[in-house]
Amino acid sequence: MYDRAMCLGIPGQITDVLDEHYAIVDVGGAKRKINTDLAGNGTLKSGEWLLIHVGFALAVIDEAEAKATLALLEEMEDVYTQELQALAESQVHQASDAEDTP
Amino acid sequence: MKYVDEYREQTKAAALSEKIREITPLDSHYKIMEICGGHTHTIYKYGIESYLPDNIHLVHGPGCPVCVIPLGRVDDAIAISLQDVIFTCFGDMIRVPGNKRSLGDAKAQGADVRIVYSPLDALHIAEQNPSRQVVFLAIGFETTAPATAIALKRAKAMRISNFSVFCNHVTIIPPLVAILDSENVEIDAFIGPGHVAAVTGSRIFAQITETYATPVVVSGFEPLDVLQSVYMLVKQFHEGVRKVENQYSRVVSYGGNPVALRVMEETMEVRPYFEWRGLGTISNSGLKINSEYADFDAENRFSIPGTEVKEPRACQCGQVLQGKIKPYECKVFGKACTPEKPIGTCMVSAEGACAAYYNYGRFMEINAKLVKSTK
Repeated sequence: MYDRAMCLGIPGQITDVLDEHYAIVDVGGAKRKINTDLAGNGTLKSGEWLLIHVGFALAVIDEAEAKATLALLEEMEDVYTQELQALAESQVHQASDAEDTP
Repeated sequence: MKYVDEYREQTKAAALSEKIREITPLDSHYKIMEICGGHTHTIYKYGIESYLPDNIHLVHGPGCPVCVIPLGRVDDAIAISLQDVIFTCFGDMIRVPGNKRSLGDAKAQGADVRIVYSPLDALHIAEQNPSRQVVFLAIGFETTAPATAIALKRAKAMRISNFSVFCNHVTIIPPLVAILDSENVEIDAFIGPGHVAAVTGSRIFAQITETYATPVVVSGFEPLDVLQSVYMLVKQFHEGVRKVENQYSRVVSYGGNPVALRVMEETMEVRPYFEWRGLGTISNSGLKINSEYADFDAENRFSIPGTEVKEPRACQCGQVLQGKIKPYECKVFGKACTPEKPIGTCMVSAEGACAAYYNYGRFMEINAKLVKSTK
């Protein structure tokens, strides 16, 4: 059971841009496939940081903002670990099955 | 390193606290509403109120998506889940009580209710189960609605005809207007929701300052962000101005996220009215699937009771969500209503004001009393 703060955004760093819809993103040390339709206008590059909400990149953010947000989230351990757990359990956002995505 | 940072943060917080005290007149009272549940969480977790003078009161607003879902819509969701479908929802919704039971109870009784992280997970389940109907319970403000919109667009493009959305998305401005219009509520200023504004842009709050002369500062979620936003609001009072300011310009722009706004526009339309928990029916406050995507609207595909359900008399979530009372002033808070056995939605969601207060704030209250009693 996990209750998440719905408006939470978690930062992740792009490791690989798959196509115009998806990128592989390092989120809390784990690789996840994140939908990028809403951010970056097709110009995303590896190394850039994203603010992620329910599997979608909502905005491109700078590294300082990403690190500050991560530090905050780590302090809110319960909320953050639940969010990471929910993301880990998501079928669509597994980095391994890049082909199998709606 | 951590301790150095912590020390620096505390020094900055103390400095902001001092600046706020300097410009807050002793004879005035300011009631500042933080709209977003994420801010509520930060305020209680970090004890932000202890950095503020006694005449600045923080009250909690209607920006927790789970908290504002009315009982009737929970019952509608349960009714759909019992129609031989795979019913998908965010984890937050599973324990929310309807009139008699929750989606979790329906699951225990045999309904195929599954928790998903993202609307795309629901779409994926539909793809994997072509012989079953798959419904996604969409909730949330403008932060989350674009994700649902993308799922709808992909479902249409990929012709996944067994997928539909039970849409309960809401928008942020109408409940604020309803609160400002209601009697016996005096809100002096708003701390604006950072991630809603990442989508809408800070510009949507202009109507609040223009119509009601109530200042809004869009804020980030770190403790220093919230403190700085309070300072910016008090400074507006001090200088006699009323405007929208953006403390969270690291993420939020004036115009918002144009792609997110466009996909919402392409898939959804404003409902003439929508019921909110504790706030009643509010005009133009909810979003429904538009006619172009009507095939993916669960409200067209399934039979939905749509009955209005009265809220439990003991529950004062409505007053909490309007900033009329603090969580601990509710009669059942911490007694009949706890996170383990919630009566009201504000106690269910991690970002609900009552749950946040239960988890962090009540200890501050006890500490504050101890400090006062030893003086």
